[in-house]
Amino acid sequence: MDIRIINEKCTGCTICTKVCPFAALTMHSKKAVIDYDKCSLCGACVDSCKFDAIEIKRSSSRTPNLEEYKGVWVLGEQRRGHVQSVVFELLSKGRELADKLGAELSCVLLGHNIKDTAEHLIHRGADNVIIVDNPKLEHFMDEPYTKALVQLIRKYRPAVFLCGATVVGRSLISRVAVKLHTGLTADCTGLDIDPKEGFLLQTRPAFGGNIMATILSKNHRPQMATVRHKVFKEAVVDTSRKGKVIEEELTSTLLTSRTKLLDIVEEIESTINIAEADIIVSGGRGMKGPENFKILEELAQALGGAVGSSRAAVDAGWMPYSHQVGQTGKTVCPKIYIACGISGQIQHLVGMQSSDIIIAINKDPDAPIFNVATFGVVGDLFEVVPLLTKKFKEVLNK
Amino acid sequence: MNIIVCIKQVPDTTQVKIDPVTNTLIRDGVESIVNPFDAYAVEEAVRLKERYGGKVLALTMGPPQAEAVLREAIGLGCDEGILVSDRAFAGSDTLATGYTLAAAIRKIKIFDIILCGKQASDGDTAQVGPGIATQLDIPQITYVKKIEKIEDNKLIAHRMIEEGFEMIETSLPCLLTVVKEINEPRLPSLKGKMKAKKIEIPAWKAIDLDIDEVQLGLTGSPTWVSKIFTPPPRPKGEIFEGAAEESVNKLVEVLKDRLK
Ligand SMILES: Cc1cc2nc3c(=O)[nH]c(=O)nc-3n(C[C@H](O)[C@H](O)[C@H](O)COP(=O)(O)OP(=O)(O)OC[C@H]3O[C@@H](n4cnc5c(N)ncnc54)[C@H](O)[C@@H]3O)c2cc1C
Ligand SMILES: Nc1ncnc2c1ncn2[C@@H]1O[C@H](COP(=O)(O)O)[C@@H](O)[C@H]1O
Repeated sequence: MDIRIINEKCTGCTICTKVCPFAALTMHSKKAVIDYDKCSLCGACVDSCKFDAIEIKRSSSRTPNLEEYKGVWVLGEQRRGHVQSVVFELLSKGRELADKLGAELSCVLLGHNIKDTAEHLIHRGADNVIIVDNPKLEHFMDEPYTKALVQLIRKYRPAVFLCGATVVGRSLISRVAVKLHTGLTADCTGLDIDPKEGFLLQTRPAFGGNIMATILSKNHRPQMATVRHKVFKEAVVDTSRKGKVIEEELTSTLLTSRTKLLDIVEEIESTINIAEADIIVSGGRGMKGPENFKILEELAQALGGAVGSSRAAVDAGWMPYSHQVGQTGKTVCPKIYIACGISGQIQHLVGMQSSDIIIAINKDPDAPIFNVATFGVVGDLFEVVPLLTKKFKEVLNK
Repeated sequence: MNIIVCIKQVPDTTQVKIDPVTNTLIRDGVESIVNPFDAYAVEEAVRLKERYGGKVLALTMGPPQAEAVLREAIGLGCDEGILVSDRAFAGSDTLATGYTLAAAIRKIKIFDIILCGKQASDGDTAQVGPGIATQLDIPQITYVKKIEKIEDNKLIAHRMIEEGFEMIETSLPCLLTVVKEINEPRLPSLKGKMKAKKIEIPAWKAIDLDIDEVQLGLTGSPTWVSKIFTPPPRPKGEIFEGAAEESVNKLVEVLKDRLK
């Protein structure tokens, strides 16, 4: 195994036994002992040991000229020329990180006829906007986007690279990270800068949200992370901000693609994308049938939200899969999540338990959904939901 | 059509609990399962074989007991399995995992399509599929919810996006990652189960692959965990019982300020 206790240094303080998430460390005659069957090599103990008594064989490779990597970059993901809202959220976090590092924040924009958006990105906090405007980049395609980004990163060498954990972001950035041979942490819920060494501290849930892990890429640059929608607050617009717009030309031969976009089909039923909604009203098996989702739509409409569902309702054919929340569906974190007739099985909870406020409506007072609920109503949803809609309309119209 | 399907054995995360006293993960008695998304990849691979002919090979990297997921895949219609297993792979992050699986696929050599799940439930990273494709320098389509057709060495698939789907054409060989909507997995057949029991599954170690040792396992992983902690528990909620009208009034009262 690549981990060991250096007995001469171990003082028997027991701190490591407390931080190990897998209970793989125990004390024997005042020394820490590793149970190799339980150890997952996560390394949490190594950082906790004040006496450097735990040694783990780590990556020996290093990005060459690592010190030259400076600044924070945010990918300015656009769809049909519209910058996605997650970009504004990343710009606010990116600004904070850049300020802590005393470095610049840049937003990189790939697309066609997109130059007009640059100024807005500066108003949202970017010091620089780096644009590649090329007809071959009009729509996202993995290969040309990867090649463009790799080229730019090699040229400008940012220390930190942030990107939305969207469908595009996740497929693109995974390719870019491999090409650059650097670390990538998906779906971060917290980002910060280590005050001593300036590393990017990337915190994300692990094991289905049961525990949180803080992850570092000490020896590789850029330090790459993706972040889901709604995790950070949008940057406010400041029209007095000034910045630089840098246009980069890339040769078209670099932007060839073995995949081709034939068509984009928008599905009308998903008018509001649940991953982006601030308020979600979800229904489960307790809805009894597809026709009853109407009452959820009415409530959602009154609140300006979207309708989600449990897997049971999707499997029954009551709702399309694009609305499913949970382990095999979407992960959402709206400001308010209203679960109606959903029991709250763990596979559902992992998809919504980081919502700010969770409201449960269920007739069974022992339903597990009440354990995570900020507010709960024990009652028949067919009575409660229409009443709620009516009351909300009343107070909101005032 | 030669298809490789990459599957991962994961702990059933829904069973993982935190010991309230020691604050550690209780993994004893937690079952290992096929990553839920990979079950759809297996089914799609078998369906492609039924549609276009050919062979399906299931590939996994993991500890020796991960062989179980390969047998399960064979029971569902895959023709053979290969286990990639070595202590040297322990502690791999997504970069090292993609590197190792790509090396195994290079050794397998003959393939037209590689299928992966959208993501693994233990890490939810969705990085390994694109990672393999990049290492092998082949095109990819992620989030595939339908394979429309394969013709003249080209494949057309529907890729799920936030507001609907895109129709994308790719040349072969390619890698696809699939979402749940793509199909409904079948149950194992009796014949499949019999085959799964008897079949010999080769286990490849690091020395069997053409690889660079420093890119493996923990040493080949740029990311490392510096701290693990349990998230603060959600504060106990306020539950309204009693007449619906009354509960609703109370609820609207506490919420109305937060809605504006
Ligand atoms: C590998 C795997 C992955 C999974 N992934 C997901 C996933 O992504 N998302 C997901 O949601 N599930 C997922 N599941 C399924 C999950 O385990 C549950 O089966 C599912 O979430 C249950 O849905 P439900 O709460 O709607 O139904 P039920 O558990 O049947 O709950 C219905 C609830 O409605 C209440 N009810 C009934 N009538 C009324 C009424 N008139 N008024 C008020 N309340 C009422 C009942 O009290 C009950 O609590 C997964 C399972 C597995 C094994
Ligand atoms: N150890 C592994 N062995 C085989 N396939 C894997 C392994 N890890 C990941 N995969 C594949 O990559 C997909 C995405 O995994 P992940 O990037 O871990 O979310 C999975 O659905 C599998 O198809």
